[in-house]
Amino acid sequence: MSDDASPQVLIAGNPNCGKSTLFNALSGGSAHVGNYPGVTIDRTTARLQLGSEQIELVDVPGMYSLTASSPEEQLALDALTESNTRAVICVVDATTLERGLYLPLQLIESGVPVVIALNMMDAAARIGVRVDTERLSALFASPVIPVVATKRRGLDALLAALEEQLELRSAVARPEVTYPAELETDLATLAPVIARWRPQTPASQHRVFALWCLLSLGEDSLRGVPDDVRNAVGSIRRAAAERGRNLDLEIVSSRYVWLDHAVAETCSLQGPKPSWSERIDRVLTHPIAGISIFAVVMFGIFEALFAGAEPLIGAIETFTGFMQGQAAAVLPAGVLQDLVVEGIIAGVGNVIVFAPQILMLFLFIGFLEDSGYLARVAFVIDRVMKGVGLHGKAFVPLLSGFACAVPAVMATRTIERRRDRLVTMLALPLMSCSARLPIYILVVGTVFAGQSLGWFSAGAVALFSMYTLSVLVTLAAAAVLRRTVLPGPAPTFILEMPPYRWPSAGILWINAWRRLRVFLVDAGTIILAMTILLWALLSFPKSAEVSEHYARERTQVLRSASSQTTKTEALQALEAREAGEQLAQSLGGRFGHAIEPVLRPIGFDWQIGVGIIGAFAAREVFISTLGVVFGIGEADEENKPLRQALREARHADGSPVMTPLSGVSLMIFFLLACQCMSTIAVVKKESGSWKWPVFLFSYMTVLAYLASLAVYQGGQLLGYS
Amino acid sequence: MKRSLVDLPLGQHAEIASIDCERGLSRRLMEMGLLPGTRVRIVRVAPLGDPIELRVRNYSLSLRRAEAAKIAVRPEGAV
Repeated sequence: MSDDASPQVLIAGNPNCGKSTLFNALSGGSAHVGNYPGVTIDRTTARLQLGSEQIELVDVPGMYSLTASSPEEQLALDALTESNTRAVICVVDATTLERGLYLPLQLIESGVPVVIALNMMDAAARIGVRVDTERLSALFASPVIPVVATKRRGLDALLAALEEQLELRSAVARPEVTYPAELETDLATLAPVIARWRPQTPASQHRVFALWCLLSLGEDSLRGVPDDVRNAVGSIRRAAAERGRNLDLEIVSSRYVWLDHAVAETCSLQGPKPSWSERIDRVLTHPIAGISIFAVVMFGIFEALFAGAEPLIGAIETFTGFMQGQAAAVLPAGVLQDLVVEGIIAGVGNVIVFAPQILMLFLFIGFLEDSGYLARVAFVIDRVMKGVGLHGKAFVPLLSGFACAVPAVMATRTIERRRDRLVTMLALPLMSCSARLPIYILVVGTVFAGQSLGWFSAGAVALFSMYTLSVLVTLAAAAVLRRTVLPGPAPTFILEMPPYRWPSAGILWINAWRRLRVFLVDAGTIILAMTILLWALLSFPKSAEVSEHYARERTQVLRSASSQTTKTEALQALEAREAGEQLAQSLGGRFGHAIEPVLRPIGFDWQIGVGIIGAFAAREVFISTLGVVFGIGEADEENKPLRQALREARHADGSPVMTPLSGVSLMIFFLLACQCMSTIAVVKKESGSWKWPVFLFSYMTVLAYLASLAVYQGGQLLGYS
Repeated sequence: MKRSLVDLPLGQHAEIASIDCERGLSRRLMEMGLLPGTRVRIVRVAPLGDPIELRVRNYSLSLRRAEAAKIAVRPEGAV
């Protein structure tokens, strides 16, 4: 920000050029993750001592050019023109110089001091690329430093060159790209308009801004560009089009003519892609072998998230339970104890319980991305995703949705365009996540126990149907969202296929850890607050009448002559029943009663209504809330008394609440409803506004209600019960 | 003789003649180095038939057939 006086150095580069590796090597992994204002893109920064000066190193998202048409792309130019930006380190992959030098050329043209870090020099040397760095440096009028970021080679030279660039206060010599004379006339026409727009910008840079405007403006969603600049650009473009000129082509090809010349003069390129990378690709994108390996890798990720994270999640839950026990023992019984035990500790538990899956998923994605396989995953599966208007890169997040929507929503970051990210983020909570499974098991065990459909058990058929349905609904939702709420051109698929590389374990770990930390702080706060709110909703007001009644019963039990064990059992039963009655009296309980008329048409009663309210904390909480509602105490999905209580529950007219039909209706409701505050919290964090999580919750709840209504009413019409 | 990039046989070198797609897309392709006169060849087709992978300026780029169809090429050796 320009009001922040501390000088900053940007680190920019193409995707896959090793930019983040270099950033981490320079910062020693001590980075701060924030947000760029107005867009949900991480702004990773680190402090760096350079000679006598302390500078802030800013990791700019990977890009191929400064040209922008969306606010996300615009932030690179914004960062570049901030008044405290003193220099840019432009990282270039030495194996792709013929394209990779376009970005540094554009940066140097813009007038900011640039140091070119020629990365992966070892890989380049292996495939026979030789670069005359001195000559290249002279042509670009900027230092060119060969580095190998993964091996920390060349970093000292890079920092020395950077220090020298920072001392240069005067205008530096710049390479001059020759643009066609007609274009120069257009630039001269535009320059005064630019001068009015950016009075602080030195006159020497008006021409560069004019170039940027001609290339970027038109059909864009950029912010802060005044109308007179737009109008001037519009009329220049129209006049050019009338004369058959293509301004974009003129600008870009003039630059490439200059670049091709520079590359020819300084580099000897032998050309072919490293043959082993080619050989790996032959297997990994082979029609049979490629798809088989793809399936195995995806299944491995799925299995790890689903089953592999289980022991860790169990351990965290045990630990949370232990802490709750400790707190209950230390604090006197009462509201404070309940707040600490059921509000705060439970809330913190609700946040950290996601840590294993988030870490695992980001380690996997980091590995896939850095090794180059993620691009192949998208390449192999894009055909399928295209059908529903999604990008090939949406596949991994969608698949992860089977385990948990929270890390899956975070994983949509690999998708470039905001619109494509949002569609994926808003559809994937419909994937049947692992928290829905206990509910299916409870319902199936209650209403389908021992029944069969042909060769299969009715429960297995029901479970299979739920998972199939979730996939179909998710894809359909994506297709519908793309056509209605987020209309726009189908995602284009222009994806570089980087050569295969072995990722560095340290970098994978740093990145996964950073993601987790951001989640814990940002989404964690919301989850904690919501847990406390829900606790209050289901605890207050307390009925004095109920307390007194149970106090009397307890005294009676204690006075009775039965054995100690019988007494303890009787007291536990009383406690469970009291909790149930108190819950019924609470705001949440009353709300459950109040919405019963709405729930009846889909086959539920007020008790299930209270369970649904409790389940907003997390779907599986539905079961423990039902345990309390039915006065059973602690319960899980295999709990026999809970199943029994559900089977015996009756509507006012005496008909059973849980029938196979209402069971299916309940499963469908939980499949489709957004009964998960953590998903809401993470969508808020990743989309940057409350608008999208509110929309997500509303559309999923309406969808769930309508589907359950159709199932229950339709089923009754067809004579099922 | 001009042809579309999708009609180019696998492995055959060609020169880009023109790019005629929507502006944002053609600008993106041009900035990634696909310009009239640039040599290009198709190195691979995805297992399900789409997208395709190109080799251009010593790097690999994949794009969908629908987009590749808008890139006109002159196969090398053809007159």
